[in-house]
Amino acid sequence: MIDLRHVTFAYDGESSATLHHVDLHIPEGELALVAGRTGSGKSTLLGMLNGLVPHFTGGVLRGDVRIAGESIVGRPPRELAHLVGYVGQDPAAGFVTHTVEEELAYGMEQLGLPPSTMRRRVEETLDLLGMADLRERALRTLSGGQQQRVAIGSVLTMHPRVLVLDEPTSALDPTAAEDVLATIARLVDDLALTVVLAEHRMERVIPFADQLVIVEDGTVRSGPPADLLADSPVAPPLIELGRLAGWDPLPLSVREARRHVRTEPFVLTAPPRRAEPAGASLLEAEGITVAYGATRAVDDVDIALRAGEVLVVMGRNGSGKSSLLWAIQGTGSRRSGRVRVGVDGVDPAEVTADEARMLVGLVPQTAADLLYLETVTDECAAADAQAGAPTGTCRELLNRLAPGIDSTHHPRDLSEGQRLALVLAIVLTARPRVIALDEPTRGLDYRAKAELADVLRGLAEDGHGIILSTHDVEFAATVADTVAVMADGEVVSRGPVERVLAESPAFAPQVSKVLGPQWLTVGQVERTLL
Amino acid sequence: MVSTEAPARVQRGPLPRDLHPGAWWGWALALAAAASATTNPVVLLLVIAVAWLVVVSRRSEAPWARAFRFFLWFGLVIVVLRVAYRIVFGGGSTPDDVVLLSLPEIPLPDIVRGVRLFGDVTLSSVLAGLYDGLRLAAVIICIGAANALANPQRLLTSIPPALYEVGTALVVALAVFPQLAESVQRVRRARRLRGEPSAGVGALRRVVVPVLEDALERSMTLAAGMDARGYGRSGGVPRRDRAVTGVLMLAGLFGLCVGTYAFLDQTAPRLLAWPMLAVGVLLAALGFHRAGRRVHRTRHRPDPWRSAEWLTVGCGLAAAVLMQFVAPAAAFPSLTGAPKVSLLAIAAVLVAAVPAFATPEPRPMR
Repeated sequence: MIDLRHVTFAYDGESSATLHHVDLHIPEGELALVAGRTGSGKSTLLGMLNGLVPHFTGGVLRGDVRIAGESIVGRPPRELAHLVGYVGQDPAAGFVTHTVEEELAYGMEQLGLPPSTMRRRVEETLDLLGMADLRERALRTLSGGQQQRVAIGSVLTMHPRVLVLDEPTSALDPTAAEDVLATIARLVDDLALTVVLAEHRMERVIPFADQLVIVEDGTVRSGPPADLLADSPVAPPLIELGRLAGWDPLPLSVREARRHVRTEPFVLTAPPRRAEPAGASLLEAEGITVAYGATRAVDDVDIALRAGEVLVVMGRNGSGKSSLLWAIQGTGSRRSGRVRVGVDGVDPAEVTADEARMLVGLVPQTAADLLYLETVTDECAAADAQAGAPTGTCRELLNRLAPGIDSTHHPRDLSEGQRLALVLAIVLTARPRVIALDEPTRGLDYRAKAELADVLRGLAEDGHGIILSTHDVEFAATVADTVAVMADGEVVSRGPVERVLAESPAFAPQVSKVLGPQWLTVGQVERTLL
Repeated sequence: MVSTEAPARVQRGPLPRDLHPGAWWGWALALAAAASATTNPVVLLLVIAVAWLVVVSRRSEAPWARAFRFFLWFGLVIVVLRVAYRIVFGGGSTPDDVVLLSLPEIPLPDIVRGVRLFGDVTLSSVLAGLYDGLRLAAVIICIGAANALANPQRLLTSIPPALYEVGTALVVALAVFPQLAESVQRVRRARRLRGEPSAGVGALRRVVVPVLEDALERSMTLAAGMDARGYGRSGGVPRRDRAVTGVLMLAGLFGLCVGTYAFLDQTAPRLLAWPMLAVGVLLAALGFHRAGRRVHRTRHRPDPWRSAEWLTVGCGLAAAVLMQFVAPAAAFPSLTGAPKVSLLAIAAVLVAAVPAFATPEPRPMR
């Protein structure tokens, strides 16, 4: 269905090609998972399949790209809309109309299909995606998972032969992500659609994938997932566990891994229990309530944080995690409740913004909102001046968090991980004892997440208290001491990480699904084996 | 008890449905035209009452429908401002004016002679402000009514196919504003996390740079997404066809320009006036039609235009036309006595209230 022959692509003004000599074949009706580190060229590869690269991005493409037997080189995306459906990273940013039904029909209107056909296909697609009850809802009021499914539906109505998805679940909570992936798997089964999908959190997709495409340093390798994963630069915890234990073939699903454990018993002593955080109390929040109009985003929540503790807040999109973090920092609105930080018990909401920043530092979800200057050096200098810190403080922090960032770079040109490190350094320059991070793992690959986890553990060991929200179960398992699960504005479960994560079917990390609730990460297993 | 009537198997009467947005806009604009043709406060208050009545009886539960009260408040603000303006800057009082309030006049330098600050507040000046403000408020409330009754975005998507691309661009642009507001709010909030840069240019830049970067990124994503979904497909129209359409449009525009000039300039040959204007309109219409045919696009569930739509627009137009026949003394009452009300004006406005009862109810939200 998809054939790339000797494809080489270079962006304008770049000396080295982003992708070179790519040969790739994806048969009809298969699901291909594209994996690789951030910035390796995954999105470039996906964009080539519908002409967005090079028509939209500029650059020089050599070689031949064929879809369903036709060469598509030189054809713009709009002329390929009936052949290739493309869904970008942020579904909400790509919506053209305002309601679900109009959005589903939009592509068909462009193709000029007769109204009766449109009507039928809209209904079929609503049923296929299980969204018939949402048909008249405004797109902005939908949850992230629903928006993603509408975005997929809106290209499906054009009956494309190929569906290209760029990180369809990166912004979704675990349950919504399962939902979207189950939908995609059904499309492959029922419609024989060819799906090409890029994803950072591979662990959910690998069981469905027929073919794995690894993009690394501009080259592309493809083949059956089990073969390629043996030496892939990015791998989910399950594969790392398999590599560690020397299982062959590597387990692609939790079920296969359990079978390995049963047949080749894994001799392990129980993992050392994580020491309970015992530092001095840094932050106490009581009865925090945040209301927007009549809805209670956060409802009477208590939070306690000690020095050296990492507290991870999990829960669905819209369960009140962000509102809680902003309320604790003092900048977000708060209906009632009290926050006491440090020995003096100062409430950050009752002091000036400058003083609040020295009590609790917050890295918001869109970290780039904090950046506004042209170079990394300028940003660091501004941060020093704003915090009244000695010159060079911020840069030094940045070097510790992410060594080797060129100081003349524009902050927008940094990778996601580097930009996050820069914002974190800026926030840390004000020397807050408590650090709050809202969804810091968005767009980070496995290695960047591991680095972030090291940074956060390091900060905790220095006596900081860290509270962060994330959807990423595996990341939470690596970094957390304590976990609080929020639903509908309330904390529904809270306690040591082993207990809370393993207790819940949606939040259990892969390693505990295989080895039992006392195990959380591959790192733990590795340490016991040594 | 056994009913003697046969059970009604066929139910009559219109089913709830949303009227074509164009019908509501036509009605509202016509009502606004009627309002602008009078300064009679009784008639203007009646216009506002009619607009309110139609809105509360025929608006849907959609978010835009709730915006009507803002227009009512806006109207009130306009009236208050107009009257306040008359009080502050007073008016030249004539001997027979009724003085309501004697304020001390503030002497102004000679340069601004002709402007009076405070001084005697007369009945006629306050009434003039009130009537004038009321007229403007009524017009604005009519627009607000259209906004509350019809989805403005749906109106944009019902424009002729030749303008389809422009329409989509407008729809997208409308969607940008709430996003931009959201962006500004987010960035302003984030600013507190970093300490304020010194006020002035720095502070402005602090907000503008991230917001613009965000907006630019969003528009690029949207443009890529729209392109990927077939926006602007040529649909295989031969080049010659496009050239013919272009020539027709240009010739039409040329004809219109020349015709208008000749029409306004009485010294130009008469042959260039009406005939040229007609030819220009014809050519432009032809070009428009061809351009529309060239666009190979269809509409999903277009809003129908049926008798209820005709009725709605008709009632609005009737009000506007009837208002033209109201005697000037009743339409523009004197500022010295109680305003006279003509029956014709009242009837004209009441006709515009008919859609409140005669149109189908809006569909309930599911």
